[in-house]
Amino acid sequence: MRAGLAGWAFAAPALLIIGVFFFVPVLGAFAVSLTDFDLYALADLHNLRFVGLGNYLELLHSRDFWRALGNTCYFVIAGVPLSIAASLGAALLINSRLTRLPALFRTVFFAPVVATLVAVALVWRYLLHTRYGLINWALGGLGLHPIDWLGDPHWALPAIILFAVWKNFGYNMIIFVAALQSIPADLYEAAHLDGANGWQTFRRVTLPLLRPTMLLVGVLTVAGYFQLFAEPYVMTEGGPLQSTTSVLYLMYEQGFKWWNLGLASAIAFLLFLIMLAVTALELRFSRQRESA
Amino acid sequence: MRAPLARTLIHLALVALAVVTLLPLVWMLSVSFMPQGEASAFPPPFLPHHPTAANYRLLFAADGAGRYLANSLWLAVLTTLCSLVFNSLAGFAFAKLRFAGREALLRTLLAALVIPSQVAMMPLFLMMKWLGFVNSYAGVVLPAAAGIFGVFLVRQYALSIPDELLEAARIDGAGELRIFVRIVLPVLRPILVTLAVLTFLGSWNDFLWPLIVLTDQSMYTLPVALATLSREHAQDNELMMAGAVLTVLPVLLLFLALQRYYIRGILIGSVKG
Repeated sequence: MRAGLAGWAFAAPALLIIGVFFFVPVLGAFAVSLTDFDLYALADLHNLRFVGLGNYLELLHSRDFWRALGNTCYFVIAGVPLSIAASLGAALLINSRLTRLPALFRTVFFAPVVATLVAVALVWRYLLHTRYGLINWALGGLGLHPIDWLGDPHWALPAIILFAVWKNFGYNMIIFVAALQSIPADLYEAAHLDGANGWQTFRRVTLPLLRPTMLLVGVLTVAGYFQLFAEPYVMTEGGPLQSTTSVLYLMYEQGFKWWNLGLASAIAFLLFLIMLAVTALELRFSRQRESA
Repeated sequence: MRAPLARTLIHLALVALAVVTLLPLVWMLSVSFMPQGEASAFPPPFLPHHPTAANYRLLFAADGAGRYLANSLWLAVLTTLCSLVFNSLAGFAFAKLRFAGREALLRTLLAALVIPSQVAMMPLFLMMKWLGFVNSYAGVVLPAAAGIFGVFLVRQYALSIPDELLEAARIDGAGELRIFVRIVLPVLRPILVTLAVLTFLGSWNDFLWPLIVLTDQSMYTLPVALATLSREHAQDNELMMAGAVLTVLPVLLLFLALQRYYIRGILIGSVKG
């Protein structure tokens, strides 16, 4: 009894904060998404009208929304496999028993993860500069023509993907290193005795044992990459020609530039539903492969 | 015969990757010490010919960087303190104190982890407006003062506290709060350091919500100010790089000092969360 009261008393402050500043707004977001909440309603709530699913229908008929969703999916579909491949590659290098100073390399590779996104996005904006950037200078050294990375609608999103891989690969690398270290050494010894070479061992021993980690990393990274926002905000302002406008960028502009809070809430909810569906698909796909 | 070759190849790959990883950060530092205009040249210079701290002076004198630095620091410290107090209390309660509805609450919180925080932002802004917290520290700190992830981080760790230890203290007549302060907190210390590092870095690096809720330039955090300034000073590479250094350096140093704790947080969060 006493413990029961104490338990509630201990948990209450955190639950109150999470409830008031997270759960209530999430439910509120659904309510707001069913209204035409805009600048006029912000000034006087009497201007607020219930529009049902009107905002959602408007979005499904809006070229801007599909464009933003397309850009975001492009970022996820190209960015996630590249990021995971880079993370796994770095983890394998660090985990090799031949490697000296693995802790030092681990720290170095992790540095971009903790670096403030806005600041390093600015750095990359200059690295990607058409005339003075280091990247085009390096390409020139290879005999390639300079690319207008952030000014060309075809290259802007790939450039942001490149940046995102650099920024994030260290995070999943840490998870992969932990998973690799938990693989028993005698499995590798057995493979070696059976005459397996390095690649065969990787394919037949390492990769299958990494599958649960792969799923976890995949789900987390996909969810994270769907939330693309600061990179285009800092590097391209969503352009050129909306080629880097992500769903969240659209939400921010609709909500806090044009004050269409109803429509912005509908955008946020649609993104959430899409993320939920994709995560469910990933889990299902992995289960099927496991039973197959 | 094969091992030395493999060793060389592995180290070549590692060093190449390290160069790619560090080059943008080193270049940022180098350009920040160049006089204005020097970085806009071809081929791009790697090191300043005449290193100068003029960009940093300008940043503090003309662009109010001291103010942004203070805002960032103050907000990160406040958020971290709140998060430590509220999440450790709740995390311990969910691990070790039986109370009505505990399991149902736990399941609800866990399920809610899939909801991205941006969904809440529009109503949250209206709520903050109604409370008068738009453009205030409270508007930034309150939503981050406790979090589902923080509660779970502490709970996972607190599960390992032996019940006998708590029972013995109760038999000795100690109150729950006293037990928490005297016995539980010392045991939780490592995970609290982890939580503190994660919260501090999260708050310092946060961008979207401060951008929304801080409307006056004098309240801006470093990332918000940097993003805004970079739109005004698009051509001033050297000045912007100085701003980037000022923003990144504190968190990089903090990470270097406490990386063991930070990495444990990632592993607990991803393996069990």
